[in-house]
Amino acid sequence: MSTRTTGPAVEAEGLRKAFGSTRALDGLDLRVPAGTVYGLLGPNGAGKTTAVKVLATLLRPDGGRARVFGHDVVTEADAVRSRVSLTGQYASVDEDLTGMENLVLLGRLLGLRKPAARERAESLLAAFGLTDAAGRQVKKYSGGMRRRLDIAASILNTPDLLFLDEPTTGLDPRSRNQVWEIVRAVVAHGTTVLLTTQYLDEADQLAGRIAVVDHGRVIAEGTPGELKSSVGSGTVHLRLRDAGQRPEAEKVLHAALGVPVQLEPDPVALTARVGGEGSDLAASEQAARALADLARAGIVVDDFSLGQPSLDEVFLALTDHPATPTDERDEQLEAAR
Amino acid sequence: MSDTATTTTGRAPSVYVPSTEALATVLAPGERLPRPSALSASLTFGWRALLKIKHVPEQLFDVTAFPIIMVLMFTYLFGGALADSPRAYLQFFLPGIMVTSVVMITMYTGLGLNNDIEKGVFDRIRTLPVWRPAALVGMIFGDVLRYVIAAVVILGVGLVLGFRPDGGLLGVLAGIGLLVVFSFAFSWVWTFFGLVLRSEKSVMGVSMMVLFPLTFLSNVFVEPATMPGWLQAFVKVNPITHLVAAVRGVMAGSPDATNTMWLVLWSAGFVAVFGTLTMHRYNRR
Repeated sequence: MSTRTTGPAVEAEGLRKAFGSTRALDGLDLRVPAGTVYGLLGPNGAGKTTAVKVLATLLRPDGGRARVFGHDVVTEADAVRSRVSLTGQYASVDEDLTGMENLVLLGRLLGLRKPAARERAESLLAAFGLTDAAGRQVKKYSGGMRRRLDIAASILNTPDLLFLDEPTTGLDPRSRNQVWEIVRAVVAHGTTVLLTTQYLDEADQLAGRIAVVDHGRVIAEGTPGELKSSVGSGTVHLRLRDAGQRPEAEKVLHAALGVPVQLEPDPVALTARVGGEGSDLAASEQAARALADLARAGIVVDDFSLGQPSLDEVFLALTDHPATPTDERDEQLEAAR
Repeated sequence: MSDTATTTTGRAPSVYVPSTEALATVLAPGERLPRPSALSASLTFGWRALLKIKHVPEQLFDVTAFPIIMVLMFTYLFGGALADSPRAYLQFFLPGIMVTSVVMITMYTGLGLNNDIEKGVFDRIRTLPVWRPAALVGMIFGDVLRYVIAAVVILGVGLVLGFRPDGGLLGVLAGIGLLVVFSFAFSWVWTFFGLVLRSEKSVMGVSMMVLFPLTFLSNVFVEPATMPGWLQAFVKVNPITHLVAAVRGVMAGSPDATNTMWLVLWSAGFVAVFGTLTMHRYNRR
């Protein structure tokens, strides 16, 4: 730990990267404090992966500059590489090799002698619950096992900064929880984690701070709490028994919550944000009052839920456009690779 | 075919529960390790190539069945017409077809690299703090083994069919050595195309476009003296011609210094030009 610097883990200013006519990064600024989990949140095609690739020295930015632990990612790429590890969006392990072979190979490349590399591989496989699968080819692993091996490979040399690019995309809930536990343990031991995700709840669970990325730029930054309260800390979803009562329900809700009420395409459904900055009541309390008002007005509610704002809602609030990327932008990015 | 689909429903026999204590033991920061030397890193990547051959032995098909077919096909196709008999033709032809087959196999270096890039493992490799060309050099080390296997297979078939080189065992080994040196150097052409081109298909297409004229418009099949003047001019400067003449000479027990020198120059040139271009692309991507 003595080699860890006290400054920020990552500092990026005005990063720019274009693939053909598509601007994947369009003036991205970032400051990641050391020793924390930092979340880059955004939809597909927002530029998250490109940002990670630039910071991990895999891509050269067209403009702007970035430093990792004070080292420039372009001119001091080698110094950066010795401090970071990358777990890419698609498993960054060799599918043809066994789990054991993958880890021994990496250990050797990181400077361990063969017996030490084997020993290290064995203890990593044990800690990640992969001892039984050590001799099996990775292509025969389940998605969760593959992801664990991937992270094990990334912490082989206990990096100072670990990039996790969408670590739980495509995983079942149990595997996702396992990955979360591992990330918490990793950061508890002093490694800084830069995580990209499409899921607000994942960023919320893990990250100390979040940067919301859209069209290659950071459009909002702060703690999960700050971000959520900027759009309202929760969303009330209601389904009425009778569609005819919806106009009245809208009025009652609007009066009770003091916010605009959204009418869903479904003729019996309404949505409203609660717990916003203007209110001194907790979201649950506001929702409870609104529910009571509806009952008094004789409106029958069949289904009621109070949830966190979804990424889509955060996006709508921040950008006035939904988080779902346009297909064409995705294709452009694909083609530009 | 591809098992890349990330089906996530775990078939794990027992459910893994991350334990804080177990993770703590592997997360304790170790001391900073010395960086492996360029050679050691390259050899480690070479070991990776060997492991891949071990797990996917089918890939050796290209270096066994393909060369055998080449030798048999051309020996009996041309032997009677171009020489008195297939056996007589073989004395002239075997070093040439050995060169043709092995040089054709070099294109798999580009295909393999292109395939590797598509997978995430390449991103991890490129973020390792090791000597930059090590991953590619190691990959080509693995391919060199394939070249040797192909050359030995062809020699074996040739011996069975009646190839009797005057250079003896030493001459034959020296010939294979020259061929391997050239093929190692020539592989850098394909690493470059493997990095530049988008799909395996386009790598294949370009490879064929380069390899067919290069191997056929040479002294592999017939003496260039029988060709029209303009074609002779090309054949004369074709590196494959120098390579075949050098290998033929040393296998026949009369080493050809001029052509060997040209072969070495061409090899150095391929590494200098395409090795540099490859590393430029590799670093920039």
